[in-house]
Amino acid sequence: MSSINLIGGSRMTRFLMLLPATLWFVILLLLPIAAIVVFSVGERGPAGGFVPAFTLEHYGNLGARWAAFKNTLTLAPLGTFGCLIIAYPLAYFLAIHTSRWKSFLLTLVIIPFWTSFLIRTYAWIYILGGKGLPSFLEFLGFDYMRMLNTPGAITVGIIYGYLPLMVFPIYVTLERLDKRLLEASHDLGAGKIATFFRVTIPLSLPGIITGSMLVFILLMGEFLIPAILGGGKVFFVGNALVDLFLQSRNWPFGAAIAMSLVVLMLITIGVYLKLVGRFHDKQALSAM
Amino acid sequence: MKDIDRKTFAKELERLRKGSISRRDFLNRTGLGFATAVMASGMGIGSGLLSGTAHAAAKNIGDRVSLATWPNYHDTMNFDAFAKATGASVQVNVFGSNEEMLAKLQAGGSGWDVFVPTNYTITTYTDLDLIEPLDLSKIPNFKADSYEKRFMEPGIVDGKVYAVPKNWGTTGIVFNSKRIKAMTSWKEFFDVTQGYGSGGTIVHDYQLTTIGNALKSFGYSFNSVDEKELADAEKLLIDCKPHLYAITSDYQPALRNGDAWMSMCWTGDGSQLHRDMPEMQYILGKEGGELWSDFFAIPKSAENKEAAYALINYLLDPKVNEREVLAHGYPSGDNRVDALLPPEMLKDPIMYPAAELLNALEFGAAATLVDPNRAELMARFKSA
Repeated sequence: MSSINLIGGSRMTRFLMLLPATLWFVILLLLPIAAIVVFSVGERGPAGGFVPAFTLEHYGNLGARWAAFKNTLTLAPLGTFGCLIIAYPLAYFLAIHTSRWKSFLLTLVIIPFWTSFLIRTYAWIYILGGKGLPSFLEFLGFDYMRMLNTPGAITVGIIYGYLPLMVFPIYVTLERLDKRLLEASHDLGAGKIATFFRVTIPLSLPGIITGSMLVFILLMGEFLIPAILGGGKVFFVGNALVDLFLQSRNWPFGAAIAMSLVVLMLITIGVYLKLVGRFHDKQALSAM
Repeated sequence: MKDIDRKTFAKELERLRKGSISRRDFLNRTGLGFATAVMASGMGIGSGLLSGTAHAAAKNIGDRVSLATWPNYHDTMNFDAFAKATGASVQVNVFGSNEEMLAKLQAGGSGWDVFVPTNYTITTYTDLDLIEPLDLSKIPNFKADSYEKRFMEPGIVDGKVYAVPKNWGTTGIVFNSKRIKAMTSWKEFFDVTQGYGSGGTIVHDYQLTTIGNALKSFGYSFNSVDEKELADAEKLLIDCKPHLYAITSDYQPALRNGDAWMSMCWTGDGSQLHRDMPEMQYILGKEGGELWSDFFAIPKSAENKEAAYALINYLLDPKVNEREVLAHGYPSGDNRVDALLPPEMLKDPIMYPAAELLNALEFGAAATLVDPNRAELMARFKSA
């Protein structure tokens, strides 16, 4: 008989034990995806919404939102990289160099989460708006610069909004990092820089991967920041989806774009993990 | 409670409305605090509580009523007074477009008891069976003969009243006269955007008005779905895009702090901006443009129907409605309310434009809102 019987379960108990996980999986993952697939091959109703049908025309029409895909695929990796560059030193400092202030500083990183993301993004309207930073710089003698409603403002908003999601996973791996390995590296003659690149970074790779995935996946669906800080002039896939579901109510086309986004994300993440894996292997090899 | 005479109170109230003091500040200055509503009703400010809705107060209408409406479209003190009198607190959801409202209601589970659809959406709601005829006996404050026919008609489908008028207005141009020279047409609006006004223009994130006004600048119909005409409008919008400050329907903040100088604009926003900054001018394009009217309706799915009727009836009380109009600056269309308004307001060309300008305007059509080609055009414009 099956191995389950070895731990004493009957068919019934096996069923019951699998039930919660199966239900979770079916209700929260499979059903919504099935709904999106069904929508994506349907037709738009005369007043919007969805009418059951079978057509692949919406997938054929994806080119109509090419600009949105292009913007997302440029700004999402850029934003993820920006977060990483800023988050890593911060996490490193928190994990390795502070002791007394650690919990206080960590709280500071968390505090922004106590307020709605929307409100925090709105705050940037006033910081980057004409009476904020630009007028301060003008006061200091610089030329007036328009900051709000530019791609730069979107990038700032993205990095600001997503930074904590990158800081924490990296912090956790660095915090758990065995400090004796760093000492060993020094003892064996590696300088600070060599130790950092050949010991610290490879060992914190799991944190870097988790953080990058968290930020990247959420960024691929971002729509709020471009709408608020980009003045609605820069269009992400997220914005295309919001418009299709909430404005023109073309659910089938929206569903087709959502499915394509899922597929695109799986491919991008697959490639990313492959590249990181190769880097990891190389490090392991050169360390031998 | 501090002693405060009626005149001082009225003055402070006016300041509150003009936005020069915050609401909390107002309550402190007048010493009213949470007693506001009670005292206000004693001073004749909340007469609706005593007349039209007195019966509602006696009846238990539940502890909440959910309202889906537009930005800057109410006097929040009215909601407080309503809650005080009936025990039902008003939960306000603010929306950016009719499509968004429709999408929420279509998807189900909106949780709204009252919402504020615009004229051209009502037949869509009745076709989709999302709203039901109103029981006018529960809205005694609604008097059909006090409204102009054209502002009430869209609420009537197949002879049945599905929605009662809230306000009407126009879609025009607001510009900061310190930066932008006086103009009279939509053609100038788009010319200035691409010329000396570059970088300071806002167009709505709303296909109906943005495409409609671009069409008007060529002299076409606001509601055109003609392929060639739409192609002209698309080219114009895409040419303008690099010169735009933003594509958003929330244009007041950028105009107020000087980042933007010109925008497509609805009546009430024009009134509010002009009231606070006299250099803000509101005009209608001489080619024409949009005339609209908003309504109160109750979704079929409403959970608190009694409270919904009570709220609509309360807001249509002429005294209450007068305060609404003073706060948001949209004409009510109700001649009982007009009779209460200060005479200079009735002469205000923003709220009550000259007849020849008004007659050039068109109501938006249901077909315009749901036209798939216009939706795709807007998407191409936004992603260009």
